[in-house]
Amino acid sequence: MLDFSWMAWTWPTVAFFLTIAALIAAMGVWEWASPGGAPRFGILRFQTTRGDRLFLSLLGSAFICLGWLWLTEVPLAYALGVCVLYAILVFRLV
Amino acid sequence: MNKTFDNRAWFLVLPVLLLVAFSAVIPLMTVVNYSVQDTFGNNEFFWAGTDWFVDTLTSDRFHAALLRNLAFSAVILAIEVPLGILVALAMPKKGVWVSVCLVLMALPLLIPWNVVGTIWQVFGRTDIGLLGRTLASLGLDYNYVQDPVDAWVTLIVMDVWHWTSLVVLLCYAGLVSIPDAYYQAAKIDGASRWAVFRFIQLPKMGRVLLIAVLLRFMDSFMIYTEPFVVTGGGPGNTTTFLSIDLVKMAVGQFDLGPAAAMSLIYFLIILLMSWVFYTVMTNAGTDRANREGAQ
Amino acid sequence: MTTTDIGARTGADALPPALHSEAAIKARTRQASGRFRPKALIPILYIVFLLLPIYWLVNMSFKTNTEILSSFTLIPANPTLRNYEVIFTDPSWYMGYVNSIIYVVMNMVISVAVALPAAYAFSRYRFLGDKHLFFWLLTNRMAPPAVFALPFFQLYSAFGLIDTHIAVALAHCLFNVPLAVWILEGFMSGVPKEIDETAYIDGYSFPRFFFKIFMPLIASGIGVAAFFCFMFSWVELLIARTLTVTDAKPISAIMTRTVSASGMDWGVLAAAGVLTIIPGAIVIWFVRNYIAKGFALGRV
Repeated sequence: MLDFSWMAWTWPTVAFFLTIAALIAAMGVWEWASPGGAPRFGILRFQTTRGDRLFLSLLGSAFICLGWLWLTEVPLAYALGVCVLYAILVFRLV
Repeated sequence: MNKTFDNRAWFLVLPVLLLVAFSAVIPLMTVVNYSVQDTFGNNEFFWAGTDWFVDTLTSDRFHAALLRNLAFSAVILAIEVPLGILVALAMPKKGVWVSVCLVLMALPLLIPWNVVGTIWQVFGRTDIGLLGRTLASLGLDYNYVQDPVDAWVTLIVMDVWHWTSLVVLLCYAGLVSIPDAYYQAAKIDGASRWAVFRFIQLPKMGRVLLIAVLLRFMDSFMIYTEPFVVTGGGPGNTTTFLSIDLVKMAVGQFDLGPAAAMSLIYFLIILLMSWVFYTVMTNAGTDRANREGAQ
Repeated sequence: MTTTDIGARTGADALPPALHSEAAIKARTRQASGRFRPKALIPILYIVFLLLPIYWLVNMSFKTNTEILSSFTLIPANPTLRNYEVIFTDPSWYMGYVNSIIYVVMNMVISVAVALPAAYAFSRYRFLGDKHLFFWLLTNRMAPPAVFALPFFQLYSAFGLIDTHIAVALAHCLFNVPLAVWILEGFMSGVPKEIDETAYIDGYSFPRFFFKIFMPLIASGIGVAAFFCFMFSWVELLIARTLTVTDAKPISAIMTRTVSASGMDWGVLAAAGVLTIIPGAIVIWFVRNYIAKGFALGRV
C-alpha cells in the first residue's frame, strides 16, 4: 500500500481542500442547471463568467488573509468575514 | 472557428489532467500541509497554525528578496523591451539575411540556463574572461565576485544577452504581419518615421509586445539558475532572489515549514500574475474585434 | 520599389527645377549603393554582442589550462582537443549527457503523447470548464520550479523514484505538457474543421481519422512541440538536480559541481558547455520560423 504519511495531512487542511473541491463541484452543478456561465462586463471592463468570479474571490481572499497576517495581530478568523464580504462584492460587481 | 459543445471532450483531456494533477496538485497540497506544521524529521509533524506565514511575511529577509526580484524584473524590462523593439525595427524584412538573423539571435534562447551562467561567469572573470580582462586593462575596477554593483550589472547584462532575442523575435513576428499597403499610405500622407512607428507599427505590435512583457516579467520573477551559477546569491545576499532563497531554505536546510509558507506566498503572487497574463492575452484579441465591430 | 519611386518623385516635384535633377541623381545613387544602410548596423552590433561570449567559450574549449590561465589569446595558440577527449572518455562526464538525453526524450514523448488529444479537444470543442482548465495549465507553466523542488523531492522519495530518469521526465511534464498543449492547439486551430467532418462522413472512426489524416496535417506542429519540450527539459537545472543523486545525474548538474570544486578545469568546463549548446544549434535552422510561436505559447 502506498504510504502517504509524508504528505502530513491535518484536519484543517483536509477541510480546506474539501471546501474548495465542494465549491468547484457546486460550480459544475450550477453550470449544468443554467449553462453559459452568465457572462457579463463588470467593473473590470472585460467579460467574466461565474467561474472567473469564483477564482477572483478565492485568490483575493488568499491575499486578504496574507495581508491580515502581515499587518494585524487580530486572529485570522475575523479575516474570513472580510473574505466573505469581498466574495459577495466580486459576485455582484465584477 | 465555431466549436461544438460536447462534454465528452473531457475524455480527451483526461490524460493531461491526471498527469498534471500528479505533478502539480499533489505537490501543492503537500506544500499547504507543511506550511501549517513544524517537523523534526521522521515524518513527525506538529501543528504550527499560521506562525510560518507570520514569520515569513514579517521577515526582512523575505522582503529584501522580494524587492530585489521586483527591482531586477523592472530593470531588465526597461532595457530589454526598448532594445528588442529597436532591433526588430532595424531587421531586414525579406531575403536570406532574415533567416541568418533569426537563427543567430535565437541561439542564446536555446542554451541551457546553467551554461548561460557558466558562459558569463567565465566571460566576466578578470583573470581569464574576455570582458573582465578588457575592463581591467581599461583601468576599471570590475569584480563581480566581491562588488555588489558589479554583480548586479553582470546579472542584468547576462539577462539582456539571454532574453532580449525573445522580445526581438516576438516584435518581428508582429511587424512582418503588417501589410505593405499601410506603409504606402503613410508615405503618401508624408508621415514621419516616428508617426509610422507610433500609429502603424506600435499598435500592430501591441499584442505580441504585451505577451513579451508578461513572459519576461514572469520568467525573470522566477529566475534561479543563471544567478545561482554566476554569483550564488552573493556577494553577501545582494543577489539572492526569491527562488534562490527558497531553494536554500527548502533543499539546503530542509526547513519544511518556513519553506512551504514562503512557497505558497510566492505561488499566490505568481497565480495573480498568471491570471493577469491570461486575461490580457485572451481579451487583447476580442477587445479589438469588439471595437472594430462597433465601428 | 515603386513606393520609393513615388515618394522620391513627389518629394522632388516640390523642389525648384534647378535642384530637381540633382535630387533625382542623389536618390538614384542612394538606391544604387543602397545595399548597406546604417540601419543594418543595429542588428549587426546586437548579433556581435550575442556571439562574443559564445565565441569566448568555444575559444576556451580548444585551449589547454595553462594557456587559459597564463596568457590572453583571442584564438588558441596551440589548439587542442584534449578537453573534448576528457569528456568523451570519462564516464562521469559523458554519462551526464546520456542521462540528460534519456530523461529529455522520455519527457518529450510523454508530453507530446498526452498533449495531442487534449489539444484536439481544446481546438475543436467547448466543454464544461474548458477555459479554466486552460488557465490552470498556464499557471503550471508559470509556476517557479523552486516552489516545486521540495514537494517533488518528497513525492518521488515516497514512490522510491529518486535518482531515476522517469522521475525527472515526469517532473518536467509540469511545464512541458501545458506548453505542448498550447503549441499544438495553435497548429490544430489552423486546420479547417470541414476536414474532420468530411472524414467522419466518409466513415472514419475517431482514432483512424486522428492518426491517418489529422496527424500528418499537423506534422510540423508536432515537430515544433517536440522541439520545445526537448529544449525546455534540456535547459532546466533545478528540478533535475534535486531529483537525482548519481545514476541519473544530468550534465547541467555535473557542470555546476565542477564549478565548486577546487583546482578548476576551465578547459573541460568550456568544452562541456559547448557540447550542451550543440543540440539546440543543430535544430535551430529548421524551427527558425516557429521560435517566437514556441516561446509565446503558440499565441503569435
